[in-house]
Amino acid sequence: MIELGRHTKSRRDILDKVERISEVDVFACYQCGRCSGDCPSINLMDIMPNQAIRFLQLGEVEAVLSSKTIWVCASCFTCTSRCPKGIDIARVLEALRQVCLRKNIDQLDLNNIPEEERERYPTIAWVSALRKLSG
Amino acid sequence: MKSFAYYPGCTLKTTGKAFEQSAFAIAKVLDIQMREIERWNCCGTVFSLTTDDTMHHIATIRNMIRVEEMGESEVLVLCSMCYNTLKRANNYISTDPVKLAELNDFMYKEELKYSGKVKVRHLLEILRDDVGWDGLREKVTNPLEDIKVASYYGCALVRPQGAGVDNLEDPSVMEDLVRALGAKPVNWPSRLECCGSYQTLANKDLVLERTEHIVSSARESGADLIILSCPLCEFNIGTRQAEVAERSYGFKGLPVLYFTQLMGLAMGIDPDDLGITDERVLARLKEKVES
Ligand code: SF4
Ligand code: SF4
Repeated sequence: MIELGRHTKSRRDILDKVERISEVDVFACYQCGRCSGDCPSINLMDIMPNQAIRFLQLGEVEAVLSSKTIWVCASCFTCTSRCPKGIDIARVLEALRQVCLRKNIDQLDLNNIPEEERERYPTIAWVSALRKLSG
Repeated sequence: MKSFAYYPGCTLKTTGKAFEQSAFAIAKVLDIQMREIERWNCCGTVFSLTTDDTMHHIATIRNMIRVEEMGESEVLVLCSMCYNTLKRANNYISTDPVKLAELNDFMYKEELKYSGKVKVRHLLEILRDDVGWDGLREKVTNPLEDIKVASYYGCALVRPQGAGVDNLEDPSVMEDLVRALGAKPVNWPSRLECCGSYQTLANKDLVLERTEHIVSSARESGADLIILSCPLCEFNIGTRQAEVAERSYGFKGLPVLYFTQLMGLAMGIDPDDLGITDERVLARLKEKVES
């Protein structure tokens, strides 16, 4: 059971890493929810982008790192462009992905893509998906 | 004639050939010389959002060295995603002397050091700022009267701030282009929405849902067709329409063209030379010719 609001040393370390990779201060967020309102991937998310930021503020890094949210994000920059506090949410999500990917935990298993599909995909889809979802 | 280094990117040589083909066709009419960069390499397709590994930008920046080797100072890009990646990486590295030096050091085998001075420009910007809408209008021999066009910007062409071709929340460059071609731009709510992008590989259903929403929105707004500038959007909201039609009863699709294909039609270029294969577009053109 995760204790709410506890910034333990290991959690602080991960938060520091996220802040270092993204150079974004998540504590500037005032939870208006604008980022989640226009997110195209929201239906597939288990926690919404604004909740992800809130969890980070509370030190709940494991909940965010193990969420689907960071992997279904399409890096469309809608949230980033519209946040009234100027928080680059897309960058925070990228940092969270990087924390996982740098441990060699890939999220894209190419074996799951049916063969007839593989033939049709544009090169740009392969390269971008591999860059975002594998290490 | 104005000349540019031309960066095609991987997809314009494979599934997006029609984009390149039609761009060359209209560039010829407009007296724009597109000189393809020799030995260009993949830009990486997505701008790395991490601040702690400059190396992620190396592939992107190497292309800038190629541009300077050609003696050019501006690089023309067609694909929205390449444009976004090249422009952002170029801005990021060029405005930071330490990072620029770091990258140049790493590319010590290159004969030329990158100066940081290349300008990355999308064809749409060149049409608006160099050719001008009046200049373009002069080349329109076959105004596309009565054709209603939904301009789809998606993400990479406008977002985030500083990376786009136009105002990020209220762009007008494509609508202005449509007007110059004699066609009617439609006002529609989904023109800035994301198609799901690379999730097409990992979460296809997300893309099908986006496609249904975006295409239906354009249709309900009265559009006859959609124009865009990205080969990944073209795959998602164009090619994937067939799959949406299979699973959503009553879904009616719309033809999707690259903006350069629409331009070519207005300039009287043969659809074959523009890579247009959509039967619906061809039938409509035939109708127009007969009337
Ligand atoms: S839009 Fe910005 S301030 Fe509002 S909830 Fe999202 S991150 Fe926080
Ligand atoms: S960048 Fe990701 S989280 Fe932000 S709106 Fe787009 S898909 Fe949603």
